[in-house]
Amino acid sequence: MSDLLSLSSITPRSWQGYAALVLLAGALLLWPLVNATPGYGIGIAALIFFLLLLAIAADNFPPAIGVVLLFLGAHGAAWLLLAGITGNEGTARASFYLLLAAAWLLAWRCVTILSALRPTSRWAATALRLIIPAIFGAWILIIWEAVTRGAGIPFILLPPPSAIGVRIANSLPILAADVRQTIFKAVIFGYVVGSGAGYFAAIAADRVPFLRRGLLPIGNMVSALPIIGVAPIMVMWFGFDWQSKAAVVIIMTFFPMLVNTVAGLAASGHMERDLMRTYASSYWQTLFKLRLPAAAPFIFNALKINSTLALIGAIVAEFFGTPVVGMGFRISTEVGRMNIDMVWAEIAVAALAGSVFYGVVALFERAVTFWHPSVRGG
Amino acid sequence: MTIASPAVVSASKLGLTFQTNDGPVQALSNVDLTIGKGEFVSFIGPSGCGKTTLLRVIADLEKPTSGTISVNGMTPEQARQSRAYGYVFQAAALYPWRTIERNVALPLEIMGLSKAEQAARIKRTLDLVNLSGFEQKYPWQLSGGMQQRASIARALAFDADLLLMDEPFGALDEIVRDHLNEQLLELWERTNKTICFVTHSIPEAVYLSTRIIVMSPRPGRVSDVIESTLPKQRPLDIRETPEFLAIAARVRDGLRAGHSYED
Repeated sequence: MSDLLSLSSITPRSWQGYAALVLLAGALLLWPLVNATPGYGIGIAALIFFLLLLAIAADNFPPAIGVVLLFLGAHGAAWLLLAGITGNEGTARASFYLLLAAAWLLAWRCVTILSALRPTSRWAATALRLIIPAIFGAWILIIWEAVTRGAGIPFILLPPPSAIGVRIANSLPILAADVRQTIFKAVIFGYVVGSGAGYFAAIAADRVPFLRRGLLPIGNMVSALPIIGVAPIMVMWFGFDWQSKAAVVIIMTFFPMLVNTVAGLAASGHMERDLMRTYASSYWQTLFKLRLPAAAPFIFNALKINSTLALIGAIVAEFFGTPVVGMGFRISTEVGRMNIDMVWAEIAVAALAGSVFYGVVALFERAVTFWHPSVRGG
Repeated sequence: MTIASPAVVSASKLGLTFQTNDGPVQALSNVDLTIGKGEFVSFIGPSGCGKTTLLRVIADLEKPTSGTISVNGMTPEQARQSRAYGYVFQAAALYPWRTIERNVALPLEIMGLSKAEQAARIKRTLDLVNLSGFEQKYPWQLSGGMQQRASIARALAFDADLLLMDEPFGALDEIVRDHLNEQLLELWERTNKTICFVTHSIPEAVYLSTRIIVMSPRPGRVSDVIESTLPKQRPLDIRETPEFLAIAARVRDGLRAGHSYED
């Protein structure tokens, strides 16, 4: 505890710092960290305390060094805590959680300081925009890891994220094959065909009044079809392979695109349409030069909604019959085999793929609808 | 004022009744009107007097329910199909996804002009409204006055002889409006177009017009026609001359007469 004495003059500058100090004192009172031998070595425990005290004291340093020390102290301590609990699952005592809470509060303080920064250079602003959510996400994983290992939660209920990570690393060929089957075949094909069909159906409904009256209610009904009921029928119609999943995705993505495009085609103003009339513009000229550009924000809304719907549709559809590959197939069979870490690995990959998919669509949206007040900002 | 040249717009006993949920509303009643080539005619009156409706009938954006009207000797629909007029709306109505240059090019694209011809006309009309140098800007990067000037350039780009303007400067502040009025007169003189101009500002109407048509509401009708005696050269301070004030007073009387009818 000599480190503690040498730093006894430290004074926190934030409520998180004071609270962390109180938690440290509590952890000392409720010593030891785990009900296990050997548990944490005295050196490791001292290092954890030292790092946390360093982080508390960091507010007294110049801001640039302070925030780095705060970051290193909080996350170094958290890392040592997690490393020590591995192998001692289910033995954590209150002081373990108190130290974890102290590290978490200091990470909070770190994010607070980072959020208040007003960087001048572009790359610094970009780096900050990435670091802050990364710290947020990291702490979800840290707390998840600490609680599942510390409390010894059964693997089958909730595996620790490190186990899921190991599983992902060891199963890359299987995961890649599943992604290829589900996303690159069923999702992409279904998304393109479903969204495209919705788009052209909307234009047709706009052009031909009887379609507008007839197609929209039918489309409405199709969108209300329960996917759970439709998927097995699609499997019977189109076989076990990806075509039946693509069919489910088409059904799911058609309607959002239809409704949004129909709404978008009505979005251009009276004055703009009168203007086209004064030029004696034809229907198609007005469509391409005014109404479709004006509808672009609506169309991209549908594309974004569909990017997540398509993924859900394809995965759920695979529960009803599939060749022995695919994300939905893997989830349903690995649940049956109690390989919950594999299920979580598929969930993680699906979340990642869905985010990338959505992000790509959103980037296209920014490029195409740069003129819209929501993009240009004001 | 004599109308030497053939009439650009000629209407007789023109009437328009809108069918609304509250029953029919007579927007125009018994309007007789002849506008000669090269005239600058203002339509002035309180809101609801049908001045915008009359302009929209000329433009074939509304169909009259009685009477006859011809534009350039054709029906308004034929005139619209042959792109006989440029229309300037109350707001600039520029398309935000097009640059100023591409906005001015819009009617030219629709009319199928060659790229070279488009470029030449864009340059000429943007020069005419003093917007050279702003070709690559987007409308939302310009002030309201500049946007409205761009929309005038768009209406001029395809060289129609008739310009229909519906309160084009209504949303702008007075300083900008004075400036644009001056520029509009200059432009009218240089291009020798026929201009129909809807406004509810008396000084604007008197300053710009060769003829002022005073309208009154319910039903919309012409209550007075005032020929301007002002010279063609009009500096802004002409508005302080007794001659100007006399015409303005007559317009005001005409507007009041239209109203007293009601009370």
